[in-house]
Amino acid sequence: METDPQPVKKVQQLDRVVIRFAGDSGDGMQLTGDRFTQETAAFGNDLSTWPNFPAEIRAPAGTLPGVSSFQLHFADHDIVTPGDAPNVLVAMNPAALKANVADLPRGADLIVNTDEFSKRALAKVGYGSSPLEDGSLDEFRVHSVPLTSMTVKALEAFDISKKDAERAKNMFALGLLSWLYHRPTDATVRFLELKFAKKPEIMKANIAAFQAGWSFGETTESFSVSYEIKPATLPPGLYRNISGNMALAYGLVAAGSRSGLPVFLGSYPITPASDILHELSKHKRFGVRTFQAEDEIAAVGAALGASFGGSLGVTTTSGPGISLKSETVALGVATELPLIVIDVQRAGPSTGMPTKTEQADLLQAMYGRNGEAPVPVIAPCTPSDCFAAAIEAARIAVKYRTPVIILSDGYLANGSEPWQIPSVDSLPEITPGFATAVEGEEFLPFKRDPDTLARPWAIPGTPGLEHRIGGIEKADGTGNISYDPANHDLMVRLRQAKVDGIARDIPPLAVDDPSGEADVLVLGWGGTYGAITAAVRRVRAAGGKVAQAHLRHLNPFPANIEEVLRSYSRVVVPEINLGQLALLLRGRYLVDVIGYNRVRGLPFKAAELQDVIQDVINS
Amino acid sequence: MSDPLALVPKDPEPQKAKDFKTDQEVRWCPGCGDYAILAAVQGFLPELGLKRENVVFISGIGCSSRFPYYMNTYGFHSIHGRAPAIATGLASSRPDLSVWVITGDGDALSIGGNHLIHSLRRNVNLKILLFNNRIYGLTKGQYSPTSEVGKITKSTPMGSLDSPFNPISLAIGAEASFIARTIDSDRKHLQGVLRAAAQHNGTSLVEIYQNCNIFNDDAFAPLKDPQQRDDITIRLEHGQPIIFGADHDKALRRNTAGSIEVVPADTPGILVHDAHSEDPSLAFALSRLDSPSFDHTPIGIYRQIQRPTYNELMREQLDEAIAQKGPGDLADLLASGDTWRID
Repeated sequence: METDPQPVKKVQQLDRVVIRFAGDSGDGMQLTGDRFTQETAAFGNDLSTWPNFPAEIRAPAGTLPGVSSFQLHFADHDIVTPGDAPNVLVAMNPAALKANVADLPRGADLIVNTDEFSKRALAKVGYGSSPLEDGSLDEFRVHSVPLTSMTVKALEAFDISKKDAERAKNMFALGLLSWLYHRPTDATVRFLELKFAKKPEIMKANIAAFQAGWSFGETTESFSVSYEIKPATLPPGLYRNISGNMALAYGLVAAGSRSGLPVFLGSYPITPASDILHELSKHKRFGVRTFQAEDEIAAVGAALGASFGGSLGVTTTSGPGISLKSETVALGVATELPLIVIDVQRAGPSTGMPTKTEQADLLQAMYGRNGEAPVPVIAPCTPSDCFAAAIEAARIAVKYRTPVIILSDGYLANGSEPWQIPSVDSLPEITPGFATAVEGEEFLPFKRDPDTLARPWAIPGTPGLEHRIGGIEKADGTGNISYDPANHDLMVRLRQAKVDGIARDIPPLAVDDPSGEADVLVLGWGGTYGAITAAVRRVRAAGGKVAQAHLRHLNPFPANIEEVLRSYSRVVVPEINLGQLALLLRGRYLVDVIGYNRVRGLPFKAAELQDVIQDVINS
Repeated sequence: MSDPLALVPKDPEPQKAKDFKTDQEVRWCPGCGDYAILAAVQGFLPELGLKRENVVFISGIGCSSRFPYYMNTYGFHSIHGRAPAIATGLASSRPDLSVWVITGDGDALSIGGNHLIHSLRRNVNLKILLFNNRIYGLTKGQYSPTSEVGKITKSTPMGSLDSPFNPISLAIGAEASFIARTIDSDRKHLQGVLRAAAQHNGTSLVEIYQNCNIFNDDAFAPLKDPQQRDDITIRLEHGQPIIFGADHDKALRRNTAGSIEVVPADTPGILVHDAHSEDPSLAFALSRLDSPSFDHTPIGIYRQIQRPTYNELMREQLDEAIAQKGPGDLADLLASGDTWRID
């Protein structure tokens, strides 16, 4: 028997790769990226992802506004960003090519679905001639693959419509990329079996398309090389991949469990925070109550009402939602009740760009309430760090009887990375410390703990502690209505001192300065941690000396922050806003920090921050 | 009929009205209708025999919303219009509490209109007392969403332009399961309505006509005037023919167009009040009898139907989730999904 000789394919070792899948919002690019991510996680690479999609659910097909993409960076070593520029772009149509090609470095691999490159589709996005033929892509390694027609052909035997067959082309592409990078495929097959359990024919067709993509890679001459990226050496332990929103949800469940308080989430759907509501609504077995309210105000109101009753009240929002909640957050400040407010920041003002990231709610979180209304503010720095941030917020909210704002962002919310699953015992315990009995002659709902300045949390149902709270100024101690000028001044200062005092209860700001000789400090907060860290590594690799610190607590600042700021002759503060942290630092410490501010709805690139830091070092 | 207070602990000792009074000086204007309502509530609560610590009053902003400070229970004086939302969070997480919302016409129907209609449709176990004085009192006399058209106030020197809400009609439209109206000055009627509201499982809306003697005095004068009141007040009682008038000589009948007309009491086919009817059209037609001139005004329970409460359904979902898969285990949750081990 004669057989065709299998082409002998080279296997090349790489230390890291950045892949971007791009297509129409209906092409399933997010799903494809998610699956590739899971395969990569299971293989043991370190990874970081960046989904980027329009707010429109199905923008007109084949247009630039309809392009959805998913970028994944994976490596055989510890990485901190989803990568500046893709080494591989999968473009499912001309719009996806046009929207993404400018990000490709010379020599990148470009996998193009040629079936979609009709004259009409090209014209729709303004291509006068086909870029596949006019030489404009000569600097890339172009792999022209008729993905759609090959998928349809591979699925001829199945009893499904042509439309369903065409829709499986993303699985064909996933199969091809899985071959190209030696990804394990079992989990994707299992995933498809579960996803389409109720539609067996569609399930079999999708699995077949996935396998056809893999086989195509093995046999085609278009790909002469495949790549291996060895597993990363991460600390031993059990890992899973986790997004920021998922980590926040798990952190809240954990906080409920560690405090013994039932979690009550009041929420109104809003991009990109809704997934926290979706996730928490699955965890009723933990006693988690989720309340989809009529609006943002009712959502936070119900959460505060639940807190009054002894629940861990939580509300989640983004963008304009945080503005709507301001009044109730201030009521939480006045009544001194625990409350967790999660703001997954997105590009503003107003509706802004709902699916794009930004860090421009910092000043609103700090000051966006009437009166002197201090609120602790915490910002997670990576997707998996959202888990710990949620628990820390709960700890502070409960211990100090105060609303706490968590500032996540769209980049952290949807991005994902491997997470070493912590043991439950290692998580902090949170003690509600409810008031249970009258101390002294009468119950004083605003008598403060001398150390924390927190007031008693006496919940309804506790005999003898009946009391009234509200937004009107209260007399120190008794909590009775008071318009006394000296009392108001005292209460304003007590509420401020309570929040300021949390600085004694949080870790000092850690500085990473391996040489100990740096003049320049780069100081960030929140979701820019990955890009700043990658930039700092590059500067150091090139021989530069730079110190790095990253703020998790924005209010109060860590106790040593002034000392850190004064230890360096120049301080660079990169932010995805017009300089909000910089304003706080200058105002409070009279340190003339150097801002670097870009507000494009995109995360920073490591390369741009590298240049910024290097310029400051050189200057 | 399930008892909304079944899970609320009872006080073994008999209670008195004074048990519900606080040491706080009541700061409403002398002569305000709120005093009568406060006394009626304090006087009626001992009948329920609930432990005081399991009773909560939550209010918004306005004159009436000072109410919780004067009740020796747990209390929360919140922000303008939001009391139903805050109370929803409390009532749906604490089945052992009797939760009351105190609000006014501006608080409930203007700034808080959204929360009112949604709490009514959700049917959370809340008792909402809406003090309707048809004026803004605490801000010193602007017209409210229940003021009559053309109202001359500080903010409307040439008369207000917008049509008022009819709170009863609004509540019916919002699918409320318990809707009643009563009057501050009629203590017996007020307490009867409160009793029924407290025992209703779900959201109870009680509109209380309340006189603001400073900014809108005598807004409900015809209903209080001994000369007129019996002729124009229609006392709705479930299962009873709707007959009214000082001489019991008037009755209501539905005409062929579906609306309600006043006829002599001996006319065939007069209406029998059915507050329990699933069909809200009778209650709605009754609510449309209101007029600015108070030609005839129904008071009492317009509608009282049984339907599932949000808080019970929420609790059932939690129980069901646990019954199906057992209580949640945090370690299992964190390690769920695709995981891998690095040695």
